[in-house]
Amino acid sequence: MTATSTEAGLICTFYLDGQCYGVDVAHVQEVVRHQEMTAVPLASPSVGGLINLRGQIVAAIEMRHRFGLPVRPAAKLPMNVVIQSDLSAISLLVDEIGDVIDVTNIPFERPPDSTGSAKGLVERVYKLDNQLLFVIDVNRTVREEPAHSEGTSHA
Amino acid sequence: MFGGDEVIREFLVESHENLDQLDNAFVSLEEDSGARDRIAEIFRTIHTIKGTAGFLGFSSLERLTHKGESLLSALRDGSLDLTPAITSGLLKMVDEVRLLLRNIEETGKEGDANHDALIAELLALNTPGAPNKPPSPADDPSPPKSSPTAAASEVDGAPPTQSAPAPSAVAPESSAPAVAPAPAQPTSAPAPAPAQPASAPAATPVQEMIEPAPVAQKARQSSVAESYVRVDVQNLDRLMNLVGELVLARNQLNRLGSRFDAQAFQSTSQMLNLITSELQEGVMKTRMQPIGNVWDKLPRVVRDLAVTCGKQVRIQMVGRETEIDRAILEAIKDPLTHIVRNAIDHGLESADVRAAKGKPRTGILSLRAAHESGHITIEVSDDGGGINLDRVGKKAVERGLLTPDQLARISPRDLSMMIFAPAFSTAAQVTNVSGRGVGMDVVKTNIEKIGGAVDIVSQPGEGTTIRLKIPLTLAIVPALIVSTSNGQERFAIPQANLVELVRLKGEKAISGVEFIRERPVMRLRGNLLPLIYLDKVLQLQPSVVEPGSDPVLNVVVVQADKQTFGLVVDGILDTEEIVVKPLGKVFNDLTVFAGATIMGDGRVALIVDVAGLANHAQVLRPNRSDGTSDHDVITNEASNDDSAESLLLFELPGHSRMAVPLNLVDRLEEFEPDRIENVGKFRVIQYRNEILRLIELNEILGGVRPPADKPTNVIVYSTHGQTVGISVGKITDIVQGLVQGATPVTDSKFLKAAIVDGKITEILDIQTLVESRLQTMRGLAA
Repeated sequence: MTATSTEAGLICTFYLDGQCYGVDVAHVQEVVRHQEMTAVPLASPSVGGLINLRGQIVAAIEMRHRFGLPVRPAAKLPMNVVIQSDLSAISLLVDEIGDVIDVTNIPFERPPDSTGSAKGLVERVYKLDNQLLFVIDVNRTVREEPAHSEGTSHA
Repeated sequence: MFGGDEVIREFLVESHENLDQLDNAFVSLEEDSGARDRIAEIFRTIHTIKGTAGFLGFSSLERLTHKGESLLSALRDGSLDLTPAITSGLLKMVDEVRLLLRNIEETGKEGDANHDALIAELLALNTPGAPNKPPSPADDPSPPKSSPTAAASEVDGAPPTQSAPAPSAVAPESSAPAVAPAPAQPTSAPAPAPAQPASAPAATPVQEMIEPAPVAQKARQSSVAESYVRVDVQNLDRLMNLVGELVLARNQLNRLGSRFDAQAFQSTSQMLNLITSELQEGVMKTRMQPIGNVWDKLPRVVRDLAVTCGKQVRIQMVGRETEIDRAILEAIKDPLTHIVRNAIDHGLESADVRAAKGKPRTGILSLRAAHESGHITIEVSDDGGGINLDRVGKKAVERGLLTPDQLARISPRDLSMMIFAPAFSTAAQVTNVSGRGVGMDVVKTNIEKIGGAVDIVSQPGEGTTIRLKIPLTLAIVPALIVSTSNGQERFAIPQANLVELVRLKGEKAISGVEFIRERPVMRLRGNLLPLIYLDKVLQLQPSVVEPGSDPVLNVVVVQADKQTFGLVVDGILDTEEIVVKPLGKVFNDLTVFAGATIMGDGRVALIVDVAGLANHAQVLRPNRSDGTSDHDVITNEASNDDSAESLLLFELPGHSRMAVPLNLVDRLEEFEPDRIENVGKFRVIQYRNEILRLIELNEILGGVRPPADKPTNVIVYSTHGQTVGISVGKITDIVQGLVQGATPVTDSKFLKAAIVDGKITEILDIQTLVESRLQTMRGLAA
């Protein structure tokens, strides 16, 4: 069974299809509302497009696709969580932004092996009062291909 | 010496800067004498000056700094402890070095100043036991710099020239001699005999009278040392980026401005426009370096190579001050060296051969650079034997880069270009210089990588010129903005790839596009131009033509790697200066885009990588010339994968798959049966206001006659000014194939069997066929 432990830190949370996810605030550069996106033809389907972030061109990753979730209703505009990964700035397209949560004293577990398509991307699972919080591994999320094509992904 | 002045100037600037730092280093050393790294730093500076001085032949400077270096080295190793005496000694040396540098700057020579006393002192200081012997400095240690000053001015009284501080303190020396030569020394520096060297060196150099106007001295001094600032390249790059942003913001504003009419706004915006352009230019200039910086390395290369090859070569340079972006300079360094090496090894003849040909024994290699409408052209010419086209041709066939047929039709210029083919070398022997067949192709690839082009002109017996066309900068490029998918998507196409724009309207927009199998092609001045629909190749929403509207076909003719094709787009919007931004590593696998840019309206647009797009779409390479002449056929399979060639496949009833090399085909036509007429014994057709004779392949090769009511596919072929049509059954496809194992088949001299794409295919020898047929016709007509 997975052991529980704690790790100090603040987590910036966001929602995808009703589920709460989070990234370490240390990675988060900023959160911006929906930006007009330019699609990149022939790119991986999890790439939502390119946004102009004050003159910097940033690729936006569609997190719903990344986690194998249903496509976001067209009426609902995604938010951008801009993170600094080791591959420069990248935006994560999410449904909604949640609170920043201090998880310093909250025990977490490693995700079980059967997290489905989110496998490998979720780093820690916190049991909050009323929900689960999946904290994702930013660099893997950005670098690797979506789970369903993991066979071809390059580590 | 090439660029000697330049080298010296750089040396001076650098040394002045380093010496200024030294003063500080010494002062802080005195505060904390244990600072080893300080000593090491000073040591390095002096060592550098020594090295460069030795290299440039400034022997006094070298001798002096050498002594200082030894002393510093002892300090660094800890075999000697730093005393105020030593500090003073070293500072004196630094002042002396300054003086020498100034002399060099003003006169180009060191002057004949005598440094024996100082050298002796430095030596004395370096004897571990006697560090305190050179005594008196002990009493003027703390502001060591001032002591020479004071001493010097005391000595010379008030030479009319100077009253300036530290560095100038030494300057009076040069004027001192004129005033009071020998006597000055003994009188002023008497008491602490070896010690007060402050004055000693000042007085010793007495002998000479190098005495340029002192005012001029000062002016020059500031011109070299103070008018240069060293700037971190990263700072420049950042500045460049910011200017890029500014250009974009300006573009946005311009777009916005067109909506208002306010006079004041317009003029302000125009002002901003101007300033931005100038700023952009100015910042670009900071990144510019003269091409001479790269050329300066070449004379040595040339000399060594000439010796190795046993040739006599003189190098000439024109336009060495031509400025070019440093990133590009870096990128062309290696290709340029390669071209030069190649010119010496292959281009120029040995002295004896030259003499026999009545040329001067010394060959001339000239380098020329010039700005030319937003580009830089760099030419490397030799006056050697020129390219031996026969040998190139033979080699090309040998290497399978050309078929003999292609060789027969290739233009001399295109044949010359073969030397840029991979794995091509005409050197009879592999030398250690060149001849291994790597190099020239790398030159071409590298130049093309930065958006440049390579051209070659060779006159037999007179020499060869290789011309490079290089963009001025990489960061901001002019581009054509196009739209597709009903105007929803915009893309930028770099102007460098652009050949022309073609717009077909109405009926022509529909009939202008033909299909060979499923591949769309267009005729452009008699040549077949493969078409790529941008929306299709990028898998975008297809553009829909509104019913009833006038159909329009916008074709952007682009070229990359010598492949020319037409890109079909919805609309052609504008040309704009765009700032190229990298796409980031997420898109590493995406080769169809070269980057992205931000448009005037703030949205992001992708920049099409034409070569990448062509590869992605697998454009056919019809190997046609650029439309100048039907006979001038470009056959550069070379730049393609080895011996693959484009073949036109067709079917003739009763035969297996048949093919002709596409580059031999002028045009493809389809004629309704009723257009074919009989004139005498010949079958002809009215074609472009001429009478086109038809050769019916099935009659010659045997086979079933095609049904008479179906349209006939005709290959139009020209030879020696005569044009004939060859009616073939049905044209099926154009493939890029490797022709393997062509063997004659029994019954016809016009056919060979080969394996193309794994299938047996009969290759038609169209040349032989047509010639024999024309003869027969002449016979018949006679």
